[in-house]
Amino acid sequence: MIRGRAARRPWLRDLAVLVLLAGYAIPYFWQVVTSVKPEAELLVLPPLLPTRLTGEHYRVVLDESLVPRALWNSLGVSGLTTVLALALGLLAAYALARLPVPAKGLILLGIVAGSAFPQIATVSPLYLLMRALGLRDTWTALVLANTSFALPLIIWLLAGFIREIPEELEQAAALDGAGRLQIFRHVLLPLVAPGAASAALLTFLFSWNEFLFAYTFTATEASRTVPVALALFPGVFEVPWGDIAAASILASLPPILLVVALQPYLVRGLLAGALRE
Amino acid sequence: MTARQRAARREGLAYLAPALLALGALTVYPALWVLWLSLQQRVPIFGIERFEGLTNYLFLAVDARFWNAARVTLGFAAASVALEVVLGVGVALLLQGQRRGRRLALSLLLLAWALPAVVTAKVFEWLYHPAAGLVNYLLGGASLNWLGDPGLALPGLILADVWRTMPFVALLCYARLLSIPADVYEAAQVDGAGRVATLWLITLPLLRRILLIAVLFRTLDALRAFDLMFVLTRGGPAGTTETLTVYAYRSLFQTLQLGFGSAVSVVVFALVMLVAWAYLRALRREGMLA
Repeated sequence: MIRGRAARRPWLRDLAVLVLLAGYAIPYFWQVVTSVKPEAELLVLPPLLPTRLTGEHYRVVLDESLVPRALWNSLGVSGLTTVLALALGLLAAYALARLPVPAKGLILLGIVAGSAFPQIATVSPLYLLMRALGLRDTWTALVLANTSFALPLIIWLLAGFIREIPEELEQAAALDGAGRLQIFRHVLLPLVAPGAASAALLTFLFSWNEFLFAYTFTATEASRTVPVALALFPGVFEVPWGDIAAASILASLPPILLVVALQPYLVRGLLAGALRE
Repeated sequence: MTARQRAARREGLAYLAPALLALGALTVYPALWVLWLSLQQRVPIFGIERFEGLTNYLFLAVDARFWNAARVTLGFAAASVALEVVLGVGVALLLQGQRRGRRLALSLLLLAWALPAVVTAKVFEWLYHPAAGLVNYLLGGASLNWLGDPGLALPGLILADVWRTMPFVALLCYARLLSIPADVYEAAQVDGAGRVATLWLITLPLLRRILLIAVLFRTLDALRAFDLMFVLTRGGPAGTTETLTVYAYRSLFQTLQLGFGSAVSVVVFALVMLVAWAYLRALRREGMLA
């Protein structure tokens, strides 16, 4: 609580909080600075800021590393995971929220417990499974593993969002002779769209950031995602800090876009996911 | 049951089937399989595959490396969650009074949370660089070897984890604070409560529920954390940051002992499920679970 002069000038207090939070983000901003610092200035402090800006690190990462391919893999895997998880999740959530499913309580309990599963517990059997199915080093392996991992949370979120929608609209449509799938598509889907967007964002983000499955199931640039490429970023004689910084910035573009541009959806999904209300 | 109800039930099951099938094949089945694997001696490169009963677990009981990893895991989780909660409540209180620039404030805050853990690891590896790291520079030119010193690596790791997860706690508390009606504070003011009294007697008690949820939720995540320590410190130096998840991973995929590694991951599994059970109970008690 800031008192005194700040209390009389609320904008000053607001500004102080913003400056404080900008300070909190310094570790990331430092990586941004590093990514445009000339090689020769990297290992010398001070000065903190570069004397000139360079795009060399980005050029190296984009032209000479596997990061562009990894970005493409990440985009593909995350996009497909989101579509698949959302499709399966919407159907399941609709059934749980609206239809008389047997053993519903047990299924819901299983779904909540499922969202707490540690990845490390399923990674060894999944590895054997993927190998047996010949899916090692493919997008499919990652999409399947990520989808199953994201599904519990997605179903839980969507079922909650569907329950918030008044049932009268669907009943009216049913009286007009609409079938269940028609009602689902034309009445429910438009109303649940904002909630579905939240769930989709969280799935995409989880899938984009996911490391353990991707590190274990991939072997080459055919399917390596950005976190894996970054973790394995090669250095010949010394660590290429500038290139790593540039690669980090590229790897964090989608998450930052979500936080900055699509924040309301993200916040809504996050809160609903933690509170299970 | 009428024919219509039966039809609705059938439809419900049909809609649920794809999701349950996916979860069954890719979550439930592997979860059972890992229990089975943990009872085996299984080293694929030597073609070894035999049932051994509880041998792996009996070995764990006397395995110093396992107990070290268990201590590191619990210490990491406890310190990380405690710091997150204290800082998170502080930030939430700051945000509560924010009138303008709320969205920008949340963007700056959530940035750290949204990054891939591998990026966070790389960011902190560079910050902790002994010669050219920003941390040592800000400490007045110190030459601490953060990630190489057995006494500093775990604190360094915890700091990186707090940085990345505190925003989540802050957001939860902030959302709760926004839902407190203004007249509660007005009434306190009328009653002559000062700022400190208001904080202790009104704001913090109102946060109690959400903090309980946040603590359990975050503990669960801290116990199963893997990416950050695997990339930032690789469990080192001298095993001071080797958590159970890292030990499990190394046994599974670096020394290729699928049976033994599975036993370690079953322990993580059990720990996490214990906390998840407490979490569910808390939600239910607080009337938050339908």
